[in-house]
Amino acid sequence: MPTSKSEVLQGTLDLLVLKTLDSMGPMHGFGIALRIQQVSQDLLQLNQGTLYPALLRLEQRGWIASKWGVSENNRKAKFYSLTRAGRKQLAQEAESWDRMSTMINRVLRTS
Amino acid sequence: MRESIRVFIHRLAALLQRRRLESDLDEELRSHLEMAVELNLRKGMSPEEARGEAFRGFGGIEQTKELFRDQRGLPMIETALQDLRFGLRTVRRNPGFSLLAILCLTLGIGANAAVFSWIEGILFRPYPAVTHQEQLLALTGTARGESGPTGVSWPDFLDLQRNCTLIDSFFVSKIMGTTLSIGDRAEVTTGSIVSANYFDAIGVHPILGRGFVPGEDVGRNAHPVTVISYQLWKGRFKGDPQIIGKTQRLNNVVHTIVGVMPEGFYGTFVGWAMQFWVPASMEEIFEAGGYKLEDRGARWIESYVRLKPGVSREQAQQEIAAVAKHLETDYPDTNRGRGIRLWPLWETPFNNAGALLPTLEIMLAVVVFVLLIACANVGNLLLVRSFARRHEMTVRLAIGAGRGRLLKQLFTEGLILSAFGAAGGLLVAHWCRHALVLLFPARGGVAMHLPGEIDWRVLAVSGGVCFLATLLLGLVPAMQTGKINLAAALKSDSAGVVGGGGRAWVRSGLVMVQVSLSFLLLVGAGLLLQSLQKIRNTSPGFSTRGVLDTAVNLTAAGYDAPRAQSFQDELLTRVKALPGVESAAFARMTPLSYGSYSSAPITVDGYQPPPEEQPIVEYNEVGPDYFATMGVLLVSGREFTRADDEKAALVAVVNETMAAQYWRGRNPIGERVQVKDRWMQVVGVAKDSKYESVREAPKSFFYVPLRQNFSRGAGLYIRTPLSPETMAAALTREVHALDPGLALFEVITLQEQLDRSTSPQQVAVTLVGVLGGLALLLSAIGLYGVMSYTVSQSTREMGLRMALGAGASNLLKLVLSRGLALTAGGVALGAVAAFALTRLLGNLLYKVSPRDPLAFGSAFMILTVVSVAACLLPAWRASHIDPARALRE
Repeated sequence: MPTSKSEVLQGTLDLLVLKTLDSMGPMHGFGIALRIQQVSQDLLQLNQGTLYPALLRLEQRGWIASKWGVSENNRKAKFYSLTRAGRKQLAQEAESWDRMSTMINRVLRTS
Repeated sequence: MRESIRVFIHRLAALLQRRRLESDLDEELRSHLEMAVELNLRKGMSPEEARGEAFRGFGGIEQTKELFRDQRGLPMIETALQDLRFGLRTVRRNPGFSLLAILCLTLGIGANAAVFSWIEGILFRPYPAVTHQEQLLALTGTARGESGPTGVSWPDFLDLQRNCTLIDSFFVSKIMGTTLSIGDRAEVTTGSIVSANYFDAIGVHPILGRGFVPGEDVGRNAHPVTVISYQLWKGRFKGDPQIIGKTQRLNNVVHTIVGVMPEGFYGTFVGWAMQFWVPASMEEIFEAGGYKLEDRGARWIESYVRLKPGVSREQAQQEIAAVAKHLETDYPDTNRGRGIRLWPLWETPFNNAGALLPTLEIMLAVVVFVLLIACANVGNLLLVRSFARRHEMTVRLAIGAGRGRLLKQLFTEGLILSAFGAAGGLLVAHWCRHALVLLFPARGGVAMHLPGEIDWRVLAVSGGVCFLATLLLGLVPAMQTGKINLAAALKSDSAGVVGGGGRAWVRSGLVMVQVSLSFLLLVGAGLLLQSLQKIRNTSPGFSTRGVLDTAVNLTAAGYDAPRAQSFQDELLTRVKALPGVESAAFARMTPLSYGSYSSAPITVDGYQPPPEEQPIVEYNEVGPDYFATMGVLLVSGREFTRADDEKAALVAVVNETMAAQYWRGRNPIGERVQVKDRWMQVVGVAKDSKYESVREAPKSFFYVPLRQNFSRGAGLYIRTPLSPETMAAALTREVHALDPGLALFEVITLQEQLDRSTSPQQVAVTLVGVLGGLALLLSAIGLYGVMSYTVSQSTREMGLRMALGAGASNLLKLVLSRGLALTAGGVALGAVAAFALTRLLGNLLYKVSPRDPLAFGSAFMILTVVSVAACLLPAWRASHIDPARALRE
């Protein structure tokens, strides 16, 4: 297994899912998985299965909503979309992520 | 916070629609994989490659589902439900085992819940409907030099009420027996004389009419009003809605009914349900001894206090003692050496609470033992089964169940058993809650009232007991699973040997604990039984055979003293003329009965009392021939005759103890004693006898002639070989010939009187005996179970021994000796425990050492016999094993 691939950090998966839904609109689970892998240029090692508990977690918190629909290939699939609470949460998490990474970068550079 | 609540609700909702969500999940994942396969095919992979790649990209499907399920529902609850379902299935699958276990627990928990309900209903909250009973205390007087409590006088009571600040209210409730006449029927019933604030102080209000109003307890016979009980209203008055204002004859005095109390209120006396209440102003009508409301020396009332919130008994006692001290200095004539004492309700000395307290304390310990024995039994059953289930457990461990999960499973099974046991136990307690009354005979046709109370506190404590039982039950197989060694357990090791095997010690230990607890209970029962026999065999100092005891209530019939005197004379003449009557006499008090003797400060010529002490001695007012009739022997001098009447010189008969205490070796005959300012000449010395209790130590006591100290409420004693029934018929005829309106009390033998006075001992013996028997039975089952299991597990060993030449009798001996070794161990343990614990029986023991060898010996004998019986069947089975078959298996 190539070592350059990174494990998905605990908690960051939520952020990735929220951001994906924010930019792409309603999507089904397979679509979200595909999109995250594409955007990370396959550098992220993601067991697609782990996405589903994460989606459920987000839904339980009311950040995303789900609805059965039909995919582009006429397949029955569950579509997830961002709720207003989810949008707010995304903004908050993105900001704190920025702050965190800036800080870590600064620490790494100064020492 | 809001978010976590939201998540919780989401998860809870998911719990309820699991099936739909499960198929949703399946569908979603299937569609995911199909899309992945499709994409891979489009990328140009072969169908197999496409599928393989899709599954690889996804990761473990079952793992994902498990993770998803954990996220979706509430795993804790789900596994608990799973355990519960599995446990219930296990219970159903082994009905024999489950029934036995549940039966044991039902008996154990039921005995506990029943005793809790008695303790709650008789000791802690004895008065249904009365508010905040935890603030109530009983109040009595004390006298220096006297161990028991005394009554309180009405003037003292009023002074206490005026001067104590820590006490919310003082109230009087003095029980009395009364003749109640409705139409032409006269019946004996029980009521209370109460202070006017009574109903307000206890916080119970009439459903019809009113309670008493301030001032109704003042003035001699000034307020002939009464409040009646719901039962009386419904029963005798047929629930008449117009009852208020109607009248009712009580002791032949017309009382106006002013109120009806609610259903379920029985007054404030442990042992009897009150049917009516009258204010203290009517005291003279109901109490012997005349008008006492202004007599500070007449100590007759029984009372209670309600503490102000936050005040402790000690604080209240201090304040009340200070007030009593003031009364001593203010009224030295009547109050010297007199104090006041507060008692918790469960120690109330003037009703059956105090009498039942020691018995119920012992019962509490006994039922805990019974529960432990029951738990040990069920633990043993579980243990035996856990061997049978060892394979199941091993497999579960092998395929990855954590030991914690396994423990939870076993704990749930224990919980199911004890929950069934608790339900059964509460049912048992419900049936038994009135059982205590059955042990006491009805007196004078009025049944006692000793209800148990199953309230939330009893339920909570029983729940706690059930939980404790579960923990104990879960513990045994848990220790077992803790020791499962996968590798060893998967190899078969089914053949055991008698007395061998590392795990056997748990079972043997449990049996030993059972045997030792049973031994303890048997010793206790033996000691109590011996005490009872000693009490029964103690000579009370008067004849118990051939003497009958009855009374005619002249007070109730409204006789004045002269009329009562002539009635007594006439009746006595008629009774003595009856065939079979040897002699007959009247006296005010029956020995060993509920009631109080007269008592008076005495002065004796030539006797100097210690400073600060006023000698007070009890006495009885007795008629001519009393000593001969009762069989009280005279040591010297003479007994009273008809000549000792109002016109003759005052005389008295003292008992031996009094003679020794006040005349110190001099012959008291001819000497003088001053009683209540009257000098009397001692004319006789009587042998000591028992006056209030068979168990009392000899005490000073004297007798005065009834004629010189007249009381209308006198009992009649008849020496005759006839039975009470025959005598009652003849007596009723004679009484009715004199006055058809008079009712005769029940006619009983003095032996019956004696037996009634020892009923607390009898109750203790019966209860400990019954529970001891139960414990013995449970232990026998335990011993039998262990021995038969051991034999069934060591069939091969037995076969081998037989093949090597052991005879059937050798094997019989082997198994028996193993069982008896367990018994011996248990008895040794039990003996040590009994040596340490039986002295706690304390007051219930009478002239029996707590280490009485007879009690220990007979407990040992009984246990040995029962153990042999329990081991005999397994031993017989062992000796009849077919060696050929045993070795082949």
